[in-house]
Amino acid sequence: MAAKPRVKVPKSAAAGDIIKIKTLLSHTMESGQRKDKEGNVIPRKIINKFVCEFNGAMVFSADIDPAVAANPYFEFKAKVNESGTFKFIWTDDDGSVIETEKQIEVS
Amino acid sequence: MKKLLFTGSLIASVVLAHVSFSVNAEPSSDKLTIDEEFEMISRTESVEGHPLPEVVSGWHYRTPETRAMEADSFQNPGMLGIEQGEEIWNTVEGTEGKSCASCHDDAAVSMKGVGASYPKWDADSGKPINVELQINKCRVENMGADAYEFDKGGQKPLTAYVKHQSFGTPVAVDLTQGDMQQWWDKGKETYYLRTGQLNLSCASCHEQNNGKYIRADHLSQGNVNGFPTYRLKQNKLISLHNRFRGCIRDTRAEYPGAFSDTLMGLEVYTTWRGTGLSVETPAVRQ
Repeated sequence: MAAKPRVKVPKSAAAGDIIKIKTLLSHTMESGQRKDKEGNVIPRKIINKFVCEFNGAMVFSADIDPAVAANPYFEFKAKVNESGTFKFIWTDDDGSVIETEKQIEVS
Repeated sequence: MKKLLFTGSLIASVVLAHVSFSVNAEPSSDKLTIDEEFEMISRTESVEGHPLPEVVSGWHYRTPETRAMEADSFQNPGMLGIEQGEEIWNTVEGTEGKSCASCHDDAAVSMKGVGASYPKWDADSGKPINVELQINKCRVENMGADAYEFDKGGQKPLTAYVKHQSFGTPVAVDLTQGDMQQWWDKGKETYYLRTGQLNLSCASCHEQNNGKYIRADHLSQGNVNGFPTYRLKQNKLISLHNRFRGCIRDTRAEYPGAFSDTLMGLEVYTTWRGTGLSVETPAVRQ
């Protein structure tokens, strides 16, 4: 499956509101513990870091280990005081980065 | 006295083929509502001729965490497969330069009801046809594309996408078409036939012991309204025939080929058993 992110951020909120953010990424998260039919270890390939920034400042970050299953789902809360852009960054073991952004209007 | 008890339990274990069904736990009495707005029919009076009084979706037999995953369409990992299916729907493939969309346009309109009414009678082959085989038929005859091999290529996501267009619609297959009734009869025979080293039939678990635990697994009624299903233990969409084969393999029997006559009959029959339940594709299961 191609690594595509799904992100849910409310379109608008009042200043000081605590909003819930949900993210789901399509990724096999190969743990490195499995073996193929011939007995060879299937190499580890996971998302090892997930970061959420708001207007450039870090809001949430997670260092991920092989225990997290495929299609990692993260749900967290954030307090918003101003309008801006949430940026979501997933980093793969191989160094590649998947990013997406969502705007929010804060009144 | 002790000798008698020992003999009794020995006979019992032989009859149950060394499998013990223990701990009856009621399936959840929650209501299945998707995204807090879309009410699904997950429990309903069974269709006439059904051996059980009520049909219950497999959703009710899962842990609260698993149930919550399905109730949130954003969190449901099966929905990633639906997105993939949508991409495939719009992708041109084959010698005729067509995509599914070229003929069928918007799937939400053209595929509405398909997931709830298949398998159907296919006069060309003289057999029942399910969504997977219908897709292959379309690909070969209309798109000039290769048929998907079982569970390979776009078969699972595309089947899930098509069935998802009937999300919420109650399952209702038409047994009056062609020879569907004979295939239903065949499927029913398969359902009740004990096979394998463990000498179990589908009914042994799903009819006689649903609601009980077999080891750590909470046995459901074995309805198929949620397939292709996202199974957490396999971290991916699982097709119905894959599940049939897996279940039969687990009874230590030789398992029939995917889309074989045996499994097509079984699909007709098990789909009928779930009549009235909402199509849940993609369901989330253990």
